[in-house]
Amino acid sequence: MKRVFVDLERCLGCHSCMIACAVEHSLSKELFKAIQETPLPKPRIEVRTTEKGDSFPLQCRHCEEPYCIDACIAGAIRKDPETGLVLSDEKKCVGCWMCVMVCPFGVIRPSLVPDKREKVAIRCDLCQDRETPACVEACPTGALFFGEAEEFKKAAGKEGGKKNALLNSG
Amino acid sequence: MDKVKKRSVDRASQYMLKRAEEEHIPTAWDRLEAMQPQCGFGQLGLCCRNCNMGPCRIDPFTEEEQTGVCGASRDTIVARNFIRMIAAGAAAHSDHGRDITHALWLAAQGKADAYGIKDEEKLEALACEYEVKVDGRSKEEIAEELAEKIFADFGRQHGELRMPLRAPEKRIKLWRELGIMPRGVDREIVEAMHRTHIGVDTDYKNVLMHGFRTALSDGWGGSMIATELSDILFKTPRPIPARVNLGTLSPEEVNVVVHGHEPTLSDVVVDAVRDPEIVELAREKGAKGVNLVGMCCTANEILMRHGIPVAGNFLQQELAILTGAVDLMMVDVQCIMPALSSVASSFHTKLVTTSPKNKAPGVTHIEFREEEAYEIAKKIIKMAIENFPNRNGNEIRIPDENQELVAGFTAENIYNFLGGTYRATYRPLNDAIVQGRLRGLAGVVGCNNPKIKHNFGHIEMAKELIKNDVLVVVTGCSAIADAEAGLLTPEAAFKYAGKGLQEVCEAVGIPPILHVGSCVDNSRILIALTNVVNEGGLGEDISDLPVAGAAPEWMSEKAVSIGCYFVASGVFTVLGSPFPILGSKNVTSFLCDEVEDILGAKFAFEADPVKAAHLMIEHMDRKRKALKLKPLMYQ
Repeated sequence: MKRVFVDLERCLGCHSCMIACAVEHSLSKELFKAIQETPLPKPRIEVRTTEKGDSFPLQCRHCEEPYCIDACIAGAIRKDPETGLVLSDEKKCVGCWMCVMVCPFGVIRPSLVPDKREKVAIRCDLCQDRETPACVEACPTGALFFGEAEEFKKAAGKEGGKKNALLNSG
Repeated sequence: MDKVKKRSVDRASQYMLKRAEEEHIPTAWDRLEAMQPQCGFGQLGLCCRNCNMGPCRIDPFTEEEQTGVCGASRDTIVARNFIRMIAAGAAAHSDHGRDITHALWLAAQGKADAYGIKDEEKLEALACEYEVKVDGRSKEEIAEELAEKIFADFGRQHGELRMPLRAPEKRIKLWRELGIMPRGVDREIVEAMHRTHIGVDTDYKNVLMHGFRTALSDGWGGSMIATELSDILFKTPRPIPARVNLGTLSPEEVNVVVHGHEPTLSDVVVDAVRDPEIVELAREKGAKGVNLVGMCCTANEILMRHGIPVAGNFLQQELAILTGAVDLMMVDVQCIMPALSSVASSFHTKLVTTSPKNKAPGVTHIEFREEEAYEIAKKIIKMAIENFPNRNGNEIRIPDENQELVAGFTAENIYNFLGGTYRATYRPLNDAIVQGRLRGLAGVVGCNNPKIKHNFGHIEMAKELIKNDVLVVVTGCSAIADAEAGLLTPEAAFKYAGKGLQEVCEAVGIPPILHVGSCVDNSRILIALTNVVNEGGLGEDISDLPVAGAAPEWMSEKAVSIGCYFVASGVFTVLGSPFPILGSKNVTSFLCDEVEDILGAKFAFEADPVKAAHLMIEHMDRKRKALKLKPLMYQ
């Protein structure tokens, strides 16, 4: 399946991916309007820092064997057999935060649904409505890559192999 | 073709953009596309780089009270970033004003032959304002002392600037009460930088009010000085016909484009191209002569005073070179795209920088000095002529567009026009507003910005305003946009203006849109509005008048300063795209709402130029109602 991969060498920690993600998951899908929505739309990707101080963005890895599915008491999470995506049904979610607690990557976050004011767990949905996820398009340095693992390995290899780390749990 | 139509409404520009596409020469529009998506923090004003504990940026999508490392809130960060833009804009205009003062100072001492005192009447009037003794002194003596006194306004340490005292009494009183009467021109800019340093001004309102004072030191200081002294040195404009657009470039003559802002060089070039030695050299090289055209505001300066054709506005600078017919483009300061050198490298065009403040890697630099202005101008033109034989005939593609216009209106000659030569007065203008023949006045000014279809914002807004009986004054790139659309002709009144405005235009023979000059000449609008107030019958302050301002395609920091000095002077101002302040609700609501209670005017942001025109019209109607004016004659 196509996933978002990260080229660690290229992330400058600018948080542009987070802005683009929040805008994409807003009602208006426009920056100037999105920041005025109540509740505020939330990004599903987060820029984190390693112990060495390097930054990297992280979002749902869409694991092969997702712990979150087992942990969900409401049966709101499923793995799409065709796409391999792990998807949360925000309507079924009761906001118990079990998935938030079991996720080994800490990439599921509690939030309010933009249009409902209910507590739900949110995660990266790889921007189902778009060809390329908003974060990938927004990254000014090309640190985010969307494609098959093999494609990323090839692309990373071209640019000097070892320098580029593959961030994939899947 | 669809792509180029989306980029500009101007046919000459579309033609050149098509060529750029075919020949894979990137322009500002392509670079804007490559820049997408642009940084959200930057657009919202939420990134602070003012110290090395940062950079800090505030998350626009959190309800939490996030702050920078120093503790600066989003309000503080946004306000600080904003007034740094004002400071930069005011600095650009004011430094231009300083350069003109310098030229006057040198000319007065006989150290710069190329310049003289061309408007003695204005010199004497200004000398009186500055308390320079006039009687029994030569114009040079007066000019020297005046220049010294004006220099002192830049570095003034005590008291107030002189020119803001021209404002209506009520406005001056308000500025003093609010503590925003500008002191020294340089001082306000320095103080803006000081206040925004780490750990100084934290109260966003206090920061913003100083921003207004800084802007006032531009509009009623640096810019006004630039305008007044340019009139004295190069003559005060009078209505003058000319032509505009890329079609003013000539296939048979040596084309010299002057681009930038200050008239000190461009005005001398006007004389130099007529020098017999130059004309002869051009013929020797196989050209029919030398064709001088302008670009951006330096174009407006020599258009207003000499009727020199204008090749285009900000977004047409690269397109002019793309004609393959520009033998030399000389530039001074401001709005010169660094990309010019790479576009020029695809053609035979010689690019020459002339200001010590603006050099570019790999570009010929011929430094301009006032003392040798004429010789330097000739040297550059000779270089253009020498380059003429390098033209590649097959490469030349000049579009046909070559539109007529009338320019050269000023706050002074509106007197003569509307009041007649024998009884110069603003009375007829005021009466036309009072009686409802005119709804009001609008200033549409500012830049081009590839984020908005080139010229679309300016033209559509101006048309909508004149249709609704609003007399429009324009400057800068906005004026050039309207000129290219044929709106700066007396005939345009019959085609586009409402009946009331048509009657006024017909009676005095003016276009419905008056070109009042370059971007520093926005100061002429401040003076004209003050004259309207002083004439009486329309309230006691600029904020009482049915007037509004707009910058539909703004992009530069100068535009931010201009917008702020208009609002600080009491003029409701609409911008085509928001200032980078939306990251702070408090700053946004202060500038777009609360400030009206303080200054009598506020900002609005509206991308649609017709809707924006109606915001202005509604504002004028509210002011008309408050003044209890008659309903419009022709609704």
